[in-house]
Amino acid sequence: MTDMWLHPSLILIAGCILLPFIKGPARKFFLMLVPVLTFLDVHNMVHGTFGVVQFMDWHLVFGRVDRLSQVFGYIMSLMCIIGTLYGLHVDEAGQHIAAWLYVAGSLGVIFCGDYLVLFLFWELMAFSSVFLVWFRRGPKSLATGYRYLLVHAFGGIVLLAGFVLRYQATGGDLSFVQLDVANPTLSTYLIAAGFILNAAVPPLHAWLPDAYGEATVTGAVFMCAFTTKTAIYTLIRACAGLHILVPLGVIMALYGVVYAVLENNHRRLLAYHIISQVGYMVAGTGIGTELAINGAVAHAFAHILYKGLLFMGCGSVLHMTGKNNFTELGGLYKKMPMTFVFTLIGGLSISAFPFFSGFVSKSMVIAAGFESHIYWAGFLLTLAAAGTFLHTGLKVPYFIWFGKNNCSEETWEKAADPPWNMQAAMAIASFLCIFIGSYTPYLYNMLPYPVEFNAYAPYHLMETMQILLFTALGFFLLLNKLTPEPTISIDLDWFYRMGGRGFYWLARKPIQAVDNAWSEAYRACGLVSLMTTARFWSWFDWHAIDGVVDGIARSVRGIGGTVRRAQSGRVQYNLYYAVSVVALVLIAYVLC
Amino acid sequence: MNIVKLIDYLRDRLKIIIRISYAVLAMLVLIDATCIDKSHAHTAIEHLPGFWSLFGFVACVVIIILSKWYGHQGIMTREDYYD
Repeated sequence: MTDMWLHPSLILIAGCILLPFIKGPARKFFLMLVPVLTFLDVHNMVHGTFGVVQFMDWHLVFGRVDRLSQVFGYIMSLMCIIGTLYGLHVDEAGQHIAAWLYVAGSLGVIFCGDYLVLFLFWELMAFSSVFLVWFRRGPKSLATGYRYLLVHAFGGIVLLAGFVLRYQATGGDLSFVQLDVANPTLSTYLIAAGFILNAAVPPLHAWLPDAYGEATVTGAVFMCAFTTKTAIYTLIRACAGLHILVPLGVIMALYGVVYAVLENNHRRLLAYHIISQVGYMVAGTGIGTELAINGAVAHAFAHILYKGLLFMGCGSVLHMTGKNNFTELGGLYKKMPMTFVFTLIGGLSISAFPFFSGFVSKSMVIAAGFESHIYWAGFLLTLAAAGTFLHTGLKVPYFIWFGKNNCSEETWEKAADPPWNMQAAMAIASFLCIFIGSYTPYLYNMLPYPVEFNAYAPYHLMETMQILLFTALGFFLLLNKLTPEPTISIDLDWFYRMGGRGFYWLARKPIQAVDNAWSEAYRACGLVSLMTTARFWSWFDWHAIDGVVDGIARSVRGIGGTVRRAQSGRVQYNLYYAVSVVALVLIAYVLC
Repeated sequence: MNIVKLIDYLRDRLKIIIRISYAVLAMLVLIDATCIDKSHAHTAIEHLPGFWSLFGFVACVVIIILSKWYGHQGIMTREDYYD
């Protein structure tokens, strides 16, 4: 290992090991210290290659620090501080450990330089984040967690297959660098498929709303930031300019919007909007120009903060009221005003309102689409932007804090703004959302390429304001159409959820029936004939073979019978025979 | 709870707020039609006065109606469907 370079994941892993031993008031201090140290470590890194380890024939690279990895490392470790602060009231050490290992996995992927190290941390992410679902301990958590794990295990295997094929084809190249996207081979597509599963690109996306809607309140804040955006990092690193990503990204952006209309669970709605927002990043990666890559990175950066903020806001509602569904909430502005303001800031940021973070990042991707003359992508992504405001900017705040009050008396009683630490975390994220949107050099100076883009050009400002405000008009005119319904929406997870059931049914009914019938047939026919055959061979062995080899078996049986008869069962006789034999042996020995 | 008071204050004057909102919308279209330099527009259609206003409104209506239609084709189902 090179001196002066400390892998940020190591700080988190060390923190995980020490955490259970730190009790009392020091626990909270320690909980904040570890993410802050991690952030400072990433912040103070210089560019270069560090942490090179020789393992068998391979050079494993743990620390590739350049502009791309540093900006992702920066935002991930910053989000770790905010997320840990939000979960500071949680006593269970296991929840913090799971979250930190998850972040450690993400940082490990971001700073790695080869596929072996990438795979190690990639799996660490999946296997630690699943605990953030399991710790919810709800009736559905266990099954949801297993589904999440199986899907990610599948994705990991696809990725593994991809880089092993590449290793074979290139004669031993494991380096995690830009792939030859102009001449894609099977290995390119497999690697990309492994990455896009984690980016939740349809049809490999259904794990996301499934798991994030079911995770713990604090766990979802971590999950919404790390898996998909780490996947975006890997896509930018390896697959920038892979054209198939443009239509996939546009489909994602729209798919998430459609499902968000139907959703009644507020955290699942936000989860579908992650798919929608990550669509912009995937499309930007597919376009592959400097502006598009900058846009994808900037949008990932902004997205982590505002989506974290939204999950913190809606998580606070769940934490305080215990309710997930719009049909059980409403009119809460009197009880949770601060949470409303924070969530609204998150909503305005994701909707790309001027002076909020999404405005300066999302527009870069859309502009890159137009500048690369992919007009259909530009227009469809703009359409999805209208949908984003419709749901996250309007529907979420309206149906939780205004609208018809569907709260039960108990819910209304319980509703209040959450504890100080949760509010503080939301305040920090809110500040950053507005700061990024208002002071563009902060974000733009961190991007991989120099930025010549001006988000605040009058034409763009005017375009955005018209789209957003007329979307709001449409929302209020069609408000009754948007009233949430107490339903769930069937998504592509239907295939493996019902497919799994089909497998159970197949095992329980037809396969079990065949097995029973076979056992019965075997007992009735097979066993009888087998016993008859066995009896015949026994007779043959006894009479024919033993007769041929001098009746050894008969003699042994005869001796055995005599001995058996001699055994009367009385101890004194046994002793008598035993002593006699010993005496005979002794006499024979002396005489001879 | 100043925020609650502010929200209540605004809710009590909902009619005025709605009128102001309509005025803002009209102003937006007007400014777009008259003052904005559209040389940065990427496509010809964007030169239509109030194009993005129409786009925003139509996008919103299309998203709501198409999504709800899709949802009611059997995609939205009872909450205990998987239980």
